[in-house]
Amino acid sequence: MATTLTLDVNGKSHSLRVDDPQMPLLYALRNDLDLHGPRFGCGLAQCGACTVHVDGEAVRSCSFPVAKAAGKKVVTLEGLGTPHKPHPLQRAFIEEQAVQCGYCINGMIMQAAALLRKNKRPSEAEIRKALEHNLCRCGTHVRILRAVRRAAEMMA
Amino acid sequence: MLAERISRREFLKSSGALVVTFSLGSPLAGAAAKKEPLGKSVATDQVDGFIAIDARGGVTLYSGKVDLGTGVRTALAQIAAEELSVPFEKVAVVEGDTALTPDQGITWGSLTIQAGGMQIRQACATAREALLARGAQKLGVQQSQVYAKDGRVVVLGSERGVGFGELVGGKHFELKVNDKAPLKNPASYTVVGKPVPRVDIPDKVFGRFTYVHDFKLKGMLHARVVRPAALKASLLAFDDSAAKRIPGYVATVRKQSFLAAVARTEWGAIRAAEAIQARWSDWQGLPEKSQLWDYVRRTKVNKREELQKAGDTAQAMQSGARRLAASYDFAVHTHGSMGPSCAVADYKDGKLTVWTASQATHLLRKQLANMLGMKPEDVRCIYLEGSGCYGRNGHEDAAADAALIARELGRPVRVQWSRAEEHGWDPKGPPTLIDMRAALDAAGNVVAWESEAFIPDRYKPWGVTLVAAEHAGLPKDDSFPGNIHQSLAIPYAFPNVLASVRWLAETPFKPSWIRTPGRMQNTYANECFLDECAAAAGVDPLEYRRRYLKDARGLELLERLAKLAQWQPRKARPQASGDVVRGRGVSYIKYELVRTYVGVVADVAVDRRTGRITVERFYVAHDCGQIINPDGLKNQIEGNVVQTVSRTLIEDLQWNRSMVTSLDWKSYPILTFPDVPEVVIDLIDRPNERPWGAGEPTAAVVPSAISNAVYDALGVRLRSVPFTPEKVLAALKSA
Repeated sequence: MATTLTLDVNGKSHSLRVDDPQMPLLYALRNDLDLHGPRFGCGLAQCGACTVHVDGEAVRSCSFPVAKAAGKKVVTLEGLGTPHKPHPLQRAFIEEQAVQCGYCINGMIMQAAALLRKNKRPSEAEIRKALEHNLCRCGTHVRILRAVRRAAEMMA
Repeated sequence: MLAERISRREFLKSSGALVVTFSLGSPLAGAAAKKEPLGKSVATDQVDGFIAIDARGGVTLYSGKVDLGTGVRTALAQIAAEELSVPFEKVAVVEGDTALTPDQGITWGSLTIQAGGMQIRQACATAREALLARGAQKLGVQQSQVYAKDGRVVVLGSERGVGFGELVGGKHFELKVNDKAPLKNPASYTVVGKPVPRVDIPDKVFGRFTYVHDFKLKGMLHARVVRPAALKASLLAFDDSAAKRIPGYVATVRKQSFLAAVARTEWGAIRAAEAIQARWSDWQGLPEKSQLWDYVRRTKVNKREELQKAGDTAQAMQSGARRLAASYDFAVHTHGSMGPSCAVADYKDGKLTVWTASQATHLLRKQLANMLGMKPEDVRCIYLEGSGCYGRNGHEDAAADAALIARELGRPVRVQWSRAEEHGWDPKGPPTLIDMRAALDAAGNVVAWESEAFIPDRYKPWGVTLVAAEHAGLPKDDSFPGNIHQSLAIPYAFPNVLASVRWLAETPFKPSWIRTPGRMQNTYANECFLDECAAAAGVDPLEYRRRYLKDARGLELLERLAKLAQWQPRKARPQASGDVVRGRGVSYIKYELVRTYVGVVADVAVDRRTGRITVERFYVAHDCGQIINPDGLKNQIEGNVVQTVSRTLIEDLQWNRSMVTSLDWKSYPILTFPDVPEVVIDLIDRPNERPWGAGEPTAAVVPSAISNAVYDALGVRLRSVPFTPEKVLAALKSA
């Protein structure tokens, strides 16, 4: 039955009425909070397009119940950085032009941000491993790898 | 010439409609919704069809070709800015809106720059000439005394000038596109040929971009379609009593075998659709997957067609000292867009508006009108970028779903496909079988070459049957698989050649075009088989290609490729030993024999124990004539390579007798980061030549280069895509 939840998203508190506490977080972010960063790709936690951070961890929001996010800090692509204060990864993706259709890019950046938080100087193999379960269909991989390396250098 | 009397008609004469325009003003500006005038020309022979200039000199480019994630929005704006002589930042782009943009045909076939861009260039050249004439008059000088620069008409040798905005601002040009309007000299280019950053990327990395999936209308409902249990099953009965208890449930829509749940919220629609109990008829009309190639070979042939013929191959086959024959097959592929298809439709007062990621909004308008028994004028399709589609995927079908439901309910409706729908119900790249035969003389020269492709017939162009029309029993179009016979003809000068097609009456899945349709499969067979001939002749495969190529531009490309890859003549037999062996293969194409040249070298490593192929590197030499944006071009080439390595090594649609069973990324895996090759590119720019397409040609040569590299490593031929470890092990065993 409908319940009211408090979600902390990108540093702001939102009171949300949801019909189903098991509803994936993704739908609350996209439809209730109007965010365009996290994207619906599979609903099965297989592709990574919906990735957000929950308490600093990269999470597949398509398979993460909204109720579980209550009381935790949720950060989306919009909260990671802005045009005026971009995250190094966002800068690097622009500088490397590491986008084709861009549908997967939310997940690439959010997953890579979680990696760089833990591992400041990842090797090429570590970057590839960290992004192994983030799928891209356009074949932007070579640029994405360059962008993540560039961001790591910026942050070093 | 710009009309002496510029039309007094107000440009902004109707109420306007919400349109997404890309303002290129600031790298961070991106998409902004603004009011656009209706009632403008959408004619392809009118300057007003393509461009408008407002009073402040801002240019709006109206493009019928759309950006499917390839970056052509930026490239087309570069072409327009260059030819008009306005700063790039002054150009905004409106794409694929049937009410505003000309019908420039489907965004397919690597034709956006080559065909669409050149229409735009000519329209802009016509406009520039008219502005020069008008400006000279206004400035009181001869037209020969003025030139266009930075959006102004300027008197030679002075600063005196007048802005385009003042000359035409807000009014129509009312001018036919002049095919003879002089084009700018490429030597003077300042925008074309430059790696201008893509205008959409900042918004995409900050989560500010509006994909079709993000588009919302006031009062919009969400629908989810309940798909049949088998591809051609009929709906016998359904029970939606459980769905009605789902919070937010609004309605169940049924039309024959089309069934959908509608709710206030997206999650409500998903749950309601899952809660509907539907009973479907039994249908088991698909061929056994294990018998696919027998099925293709046995399929009724509608007609045979000779695509390329030289000499008499039948006779020459008998005269050859050595005959070779091989069959190549290529699996069924799905587009596999990362974002399942989505569309929003609004039906009001007998008019339908659909927001869609369709690559062909003008065609979709006709198809939707046909399906719903409406007049095309009463349907408007507006392009919003979706997830990359690489051909005709499910975008149009989602649009048809939304249109049908919106008309039933009289409310705006958003339809979002699930992952299983996208994998299961998008039209597929058809299974392709190609028989190859050749005869060599005693010196190893090809004296006869025959190819025969088994591919589904091309019925009425250009539509692909809408799923909703099929299921709802509404009027529908035939399905067109694309021009899949292209590139079966070869660029090599053999004395006797016969390239022919058996057009098949049917194919297991509704076919459509997927990146490099037919050209990929045909080139794979041609370039692998040529490698077999070279090996039989004991000649280095790159040298063998040069021997039969009479095209100076193609030969230059192969020269550049050899240098780029540091090609060393290959031994006739592999020499390497050990568990992991390396090899390299070459492949070449002149796309459709009339345009873009690509040559590639693939470096692979193969593990004899597991049969696993790793593609380590691709070298690409690429000549598509005049380059509009070198970085955008490289992005496309890289994408072509990586995506096609995935298709070549891994992708293989699975099914049972009733239904596709590859319904997610586990059952239809694609290449992931650990296996992504390095891509080394040499761009050959020819500013004085016409530009050709680059969205597809590189993909055409990837499968053959890999197969040839595996032969170089192991001495075995892979003739069945995908090249799975099982197939490699089987080939090794039978070697």
